[in-house]
Amino acid sequence: MSNVSIKDLNISFGKTPVIENLHLDIEAGEFVVLLGPSGCGKSTLLHSIAGLIDVTDGEVEIAGKDVTWADPKDRGIGMVFQSYALYPTMTVERNLSFGLRISGMPKAEISKRVDNAARMLQLTELLQRKPAQLSGGQRQRVAIGRALVREAKVFLLDEPLSNLDAKLRAELRRELKQLHHDLGATMIYVTHDQIEAMTLATRLAVMRAGKIQQLDAPDVVYAKPANMFVAGFLGSPSMNFIKGHLRHSGGRVQFESAVFQADVSDYAFAQPTADNQPTVLGIRPEHLHMVAADAPRNAHATLGLIEPMGAYKIVWLDAQGSSLALQVEPTTALTSGTLAHLAMDPGHVSLFDATTENRL
Amino acid sequence: MSTLLTPPVSTAIPSTLGSAALGNQPRPRRTERPRAAFFSPARLGIYAFLISAALFFLLPLYVMGITSIKPMDEIRQGNIFALPLAITFEPWAQAWSSACTGLDCKGIAVGFWNSMEILVPSLLLSVFMGSLNGYALSFWKVKWANWLFGILMLGAFIPYPVMIYPLVRMFASINMFQSIPNIVLIHTFFGMPIMTLLFRNYYAGLPVELFKAARIDGGGFWRIYFQLMVPMSLPIFVVAVILQTTGIWNDFILGLIFAGRENFPMTVQLNNIINSTQGEKVYNVNMAATLLTSMVPLVVYFVSGRWFVRGIAAGAVKG
Repeated sequence: MSNVSIKDLNISFGKTPVIENLHLDIEAGEFVVLLGPSGCGKSTLLHSIAGLIDVTDGEVEIAGKDVTWADPKDRGIGMVFQSYALYPTMTVERNLSFGLRISGMPKAEISKRVDNAARMLQLTELLQRKPAQLSGGQRQRVAIGRALVREAKVFLLDEPLSNLDAKLRAELRRELKQLHHDLGATMIYVTHDQIEAMTLATRLAVMRAGKIQQLDAPDVVYAKPANMFVAGFLGSPSMNFIKGHLRHSGGRVQFESAVFQADVSDYAFAQPTADNQPTVLGIRPEHLHMVAADAPRNAHATLGLIEPMGAYKIVWLDAQGSSLALQVEPTTALTSGTLAHLAMDPGHVSLFDATTENRL
Repeated sequence: MSTLLTPPVSTAIPSTLGSAALGNQPRPRRTERPRAAFFSPARLGIYAFLISAALFFLLPLYVMGITSIKPMDEIRQGNIFALPLAITFEPWAQAWSSACTGLDCKGIAVGFWNSMEILVPSLLLSVFMGSLNGYALSFWKVKWANWLFGILMLGAFIPYPVMIYPLVRMFASINMFQSIPNIVLIHTFFGMPIMTLLFRNYYAGLPVELFKAARIDGGGFWRIYFQLMVPMSLPIFVVAVILQTTGIWNDFILGLIFAGRENFPMTVQLNNIINSTQGEKVYNVNMAATLLTSMVPLVVYFVSGRWFVRGIAAGAVKG
C-alpha cells in the first residue's frame, strides 16, 4: 500500500502536448479510475506512472519517493494490459514467476508466491498451460496474477477488461473489486467504460484533452457533474440538456425555456447568478417522469422511439425540436406518436453556464 | 465457374424452406458446394503451363544429373538427353576427392570444407547481429533510430563492386586481408541490411505491451532479448538462416577476393576445376562437381522449404 502523487505533470509527443500541468494525489489503498474518451491522455498518464513513457516535465511520487526517472521495475508497481501481454512461449507458471526469477528470488519463495496467486485467481490447474491454451478470462487472470506475485504496492490497470465479452467482463469486474478489497492495494484503472468506472472506483477522475475535468466519488460525479462534458459522458443514455435562462424575481430563481419552467431557488449555486443569464439545465433520464395532463408545471412532448432494457424502458421524446430521454417502468404502456406530459425532480437538476459549460 | 455454381444455389433455397415447413421431418441433405472439375479446359491450360514451366527449369538439372553418371565414351556420342546405358559413380568420387585445380588434385572436398569454415561463423554472426539490430530498433527507442535504419537500408542498394576496393584497402591496412576472419566479417557486413530489415519487421508486428510487461517485470536489454524475443522469433530465425546459408554458400566474388588462396570457397574451387582442364574436358566430373556444390542450398531448400513459407507467413500474421 502506498500513495501516488503527481505534480505539474507535462507530457508531449514531439511538439504535441498530451498532458498539461496535471495534479493528482492518490491515497494509499484507493481505487482510482481514470475515465475518458479515446485520446484523452488517460493511458499516457498511466504509462508515465509506470515509467514506460518519459515525462517532459513534472514529478511522479510513489510511496513518498520521487520515481520520475526510476526504472519501471524499481517503482513497486504491477501492470495489467488490455492485450494481456502474456509471454507466449512460457507456461502460466513461468509467466507468473518471470519477474521474480529476474530479481533472483530464492526458488522456494517464488513457488510459494506463485501458488498463492494461482489459488487466489483459480489458476492452480492451469499452471502448466501455455497462454494460447487459455480462454480470454483466464489469460486476464494470469496477467493480474503477474502483478500479484510481485506484491506490487500500486496496481496499474490499462483497460484490462475491454477485450472480454460482456458476461466475463461483469464477472471479472466483481473479482477485481473483491481483490482490491482483500489486498487493500492502491489501484489505478484506466477505462472508457462508464459502468466499470462507476462500479469499481472509490474515486473517479474524468479526463478530457489531457486534463482532469472532475475527481470525486463516483456517485458525486454522477449526481453533480462539474461541467457539461462530464455530465454528458457519464450515464447511458446521457443527461438531457435543455437550453434556457435564469429569471430572478422576488427572491426566487426560475429556470425558463421553451420546454420547461422550473423553480430552482433551492439549487446550491456555487456562485451568484445574474438575471436573464443563459443557462443549460441538465436532468438525467431517471429524474424525468410522465405525469397526468392536468398536473401543475408540466411540459409536453411527443413520444418517439421506445427501447425496452428489461429492468426499465428508455423513451425518446421530441420536445419542440430538442430530444429528451426518459426512463420508465417496464410495464408502462406507451404508443409512439402520442403526446406525453413530463415533470422533473427539481432536487436532481444540474445547471450549467451556457458559455463556459461549467456547473453553476 | 459461375455456370457451375448456379444449380446448387437454386436447390439449396427450396431445401431450407422445406425443412422449416415440415418441422420434425428429416431435413433434406444439403447440397454440397461443387468441387471445381478436375479436368476442364481452363484446368488443362493451367496444368499445361505449370508442367512446361517445370520442365523448362528442371531440364538443365536433368542433363547434369544424367551426364554426371555416364562414362565419357557415352558422352562423346553427343546425345545429351539420352539416359545412361552404363551407370557409373566414378565421376562423383573423382569430383569429390581427386579432381585437379592446376597442380593440386585433391578434388572439390577442399572447397567444401573451406565453405563450411566460412559459412558457419558468418551465418551465426550475421543472424545474431541482424536480430539484435531489429530488436533494438523496434523496441528500444534509440534516438535517430529511423535514420539509422534508413542508412542501413541504403547500404542494401549500393552495388558490391563500389565497395570492394575500399574494403580491400581497409582490411589490408590492418593485416586482415585474405583470411577467414576477413571473409566472415565481409559476409556479416553485407548481410546486415537484409537481416535487420527481416527482424525489425517481425518484431514490429509483435504487440509492444509484451515488451512493456517485461520491462515492468524487471527485464533488461539482454534478458528480454534472450528469454522473450528469441524464443518468440524462431520462425523468422529459420527464414534468416535459410537466406544467409544460400547467399553465403552461393557467393563467388567475395570469396575469391577476400578469402585468400588457402580458403577458397567451394564455388571458386568449382570454377577452378572446370577451367583447368588438360586435354579432354571431363564433362561427367564437372557435372558431378557442380551438383556437389549446389547440394547444400538444395538440401536446405528441401528440408526447410515448408518452414520458410511458414516463417514468411508468420511475419505477416499478427502474433
